[in-house]
Amino acid sequence: MDNREVLICSGTGCLSSGAEEIEEAFQQELVDRDLLEDIEVKKVVKKTGCVGPCSLGPIAIVKPEKTFYGKLEVQDVEKIVTEHLEQGNIVTDLLVEEDGHKVEEYTELNFIKGQKQIALKNIGEIDPASVEDYLKQEGYQAVEKALLDSTPEEVIKEIKDSGLRGRGGAGFPTGLKWEFTAQAESEQKYIVCNADEGDPGAFMDRSIIEGDPHKVIEAMTIAGYAIGADKGYVYVRAEYPLAIETLASALDIARDRGYLGENILESDFSFDIEIRVGAGAFVCGEETALLKSIEGKRGMPNPKPPYPAQKGLWGEPTVINNVETLACVPEIINQGSSWFNGIGTESSSGSKVFAVAGDVIGTGLIEVPMGITIKEVVFDVAGGIPDNKELKAVQIGGPSGGTIPSQYMDLEIDYESLNEAGAIMGSGGLVVMDEDTCMVDVARFFLDFTQEESCGKCPPCRIGTKRMLEILERITSGAGEEGDIDKLQELGERIIETSLCGLGQTAPNPVLSTIRFFRDEYEAHIYDETCPAGVCQELAPPYVIEDETCIGCTNCVDECLVEAISGEAGEVHEIDEDECIACGACAEVCPVDAIYQRSQGKGDA
Amino acid sequence: MGAEKFPELDPIFAKYRGKKGTLIPVLHEVQNRVGYLPEDIQKHVAQKLNVPLSKVTGVISFYSFFSTEPQGEHTLGVCLGTACYVKGAEALVEEVKDQLDISEGETSDDGKFTLTVTRCVGTCSLAPVVMIDNKYYGNLKPADIPEILAKYQDSGQEGK
Repeated sequence: MDNREVLICSGTGCLSSGAEEIEEAFQQELVDRDLLEDIEVKKVVKKTGCVGPCSLGPIAIVKPEKTFYGKLEVQDVEKIVTEHLEQGNIVTDLLVEEDGHKVEEYTELNFIKGQKQIALKNIGEIDPASVEDYLKQEGYQAVEKALLDSTPEEVIKEIKDSGLRGRGGAGFPTGLKWEFTAQAESEQKYIVCNADEGDPGAFMDRSIIEGDPHKVIEAMTIAGYAIGADKGYVYVRAEYPLAIETLASALDIARDRGYLGENILESDFSFDIEIRVGAGAFVCGEETALLKSIEGKRGMPNPKPPYPAQKGLWGEPTVINNVETLACVPEIINQGSSWFNGIGTESSSGSKVFAVAGDVIGTGLIEVPMGITIKEVVFDVAGGIPDNKELKAVQIGGPSGGTIPSQYMDLEIDYESLNEAGAIMGSGGLVVMDEDTCMVDVARFFLDFTQEESCGKCPPCRIGTKRMLEILERITSGAGEEGDIDKLQELGERIIETSLCGLGQTAPNPVLSTIRFFRDEYEAHIYDETCPAGVCQELAPPYVIEDETCIGCTNCVDECLVEAISGEAGEVHEIDEDECIACGACAEVCPVDAIYQRSQGKGDA
Repeated sequence: MGAEKFPELDPIFAKYRGKKGTLIPVLHEVQNRVGYLPEDIQKHVAQKLNVPLSKVTGVISFYSFFSTEPQGEHTLGVCLGTACYVKGAEALVEEVKDQLDISEGETSDDGKFTLTVTRCVGTCSLAPVVMIDNKYYGNLKPADIPEILAKYQDSGQEGK
């Protein structure tokens, strides 16, 4: 019974599905049975970021067997303590079932098996609040190696040789960025960690900071040494309160232990880090806008050049790296550049974290080697599409990215291949869409986002995205006109060419890529006035009630916003198809599934 | 006369004295304390930090986290990130509007809730998600909304 541990995932995801109650229940059981000396209940963010299968949360992993218990409820805890912790028998009933068999060890879960974890390596293994845990995982060895055994030039060379490229957007080679900044002449330089993770559908940076904060601190210190900076800033979104809190306490610990501050590890190098909290502006993820925001100004981008490597924060040379990029740095220093370079494809080395969400069974964070196919990610790792539906497309790269249709599922993922397919790596949001998704509506959704978040500085982005959005809204409401598709394409191309910053230069991508692959859907909206997926409400077919199934409960009558449903209690109800706005609220509340959308037939509604 | 005003805010200015680029962190803390950033507070901040009022107002109007209107006791944010959107978050917004009889950005008559539509809160696995203050509610259907709101109606306490 020695060295037993119960790891409870405490990421934001699991916390909201009740992980705290599970942890308290474990603590209580162990106190009641006087077992606390033998077994330690740790709060750890689970292996795959806040995720693993965070669709299976709350989660407990019992070590050393690595037994994985998912979807726990408080009453399950007693059983695990009695049968597993006390008697040593795995509680088979509480194991997760995959492909028809119960999975015992978490490393055997499909979700974990197909991964190659570098940036996420420690997450789930360690308690983010414990620097000792981090030290056991080679923590702060890379900074020691860099500061005490290497020159700054050697550190930069190692990163260059590894082929590491930026994980937060355009994929610029990290080593080159460091080299340019190191070579810039100035007394004062800065390291900035971009944790303004604003792309909807991406949350790897949050998970890394919440699950392994010391790694970010160590990486920034190494970067500071390499370029000659003594000050770093982490710019975190205000939407991530837990990440801010976790990082702040890790910074205090690092200072106490001498990993930050004056003469780190008794070297000549001094470095410290300050947290800056964003205030809800998506554009601040763009590096020049981010710098303005740290300076206390409106976050509006500047034209480049000059690049931040020459003129960055307060006009001084600055390196800006994203969280996931930095999380690879200590691993590269420890394992060597050739190890990292040996993973992935020729142009894109290492692995990449994707936040898989949408219509897919295993939602959560996965880290897979570059070069893996989209199909492997969606079906092998993430378990495929629920409810026997068909995959329609995946959207990669958020509002700057594009939608890749199902016939491209054998595409090997790297920076170049995604660009060619009209998407971008971006920050790695990967939203899976099934047959019920309307591609025009998806394009409208993203454009609504970027249009709202446009800072307004340059007209192509400010006015151009607005005009594109108006056309898309026209199309989805059934008032599309001849020539609208051409207008969207022309406007989109102009906006890409003439916008000031990355936000505008990529904003039309979701529209252009859906036109490229799903032009027929746009045409159906405009010429046939139908939404093939049945999403666009003004074009959607009405709902109907199946007479023989209806039990006359009046739930739908009460629920209907437009009072389109008639019928007394106990009688069969009826929907007035002319009044119905196809919102689906009635189908949602029907206890016997008697309501479906006309064209789709029962079961698909 | 500004000197005697808002003495409760003095520790905030003291904390950031001598640091660079402190306007945004100061505004965060002031808003946390006061609840919102009306004009007299903006003037006070401008004077204390020795920056033009136009700069303070400019920053406040740029960032969506800052508010010049009083906020409800609880901030209810419906996430409209991609995953939540695909999973039907718009219906949640409609339901909240219906229940509280307010539009986005407004506060309910009883002062309990301010409704906002937020950008991705990064809990896509639980989509669609509603965040009330710092607590997340995931995998929601419109029918779940009344129950969640009820938890906050009786007391000022966050419900479990």
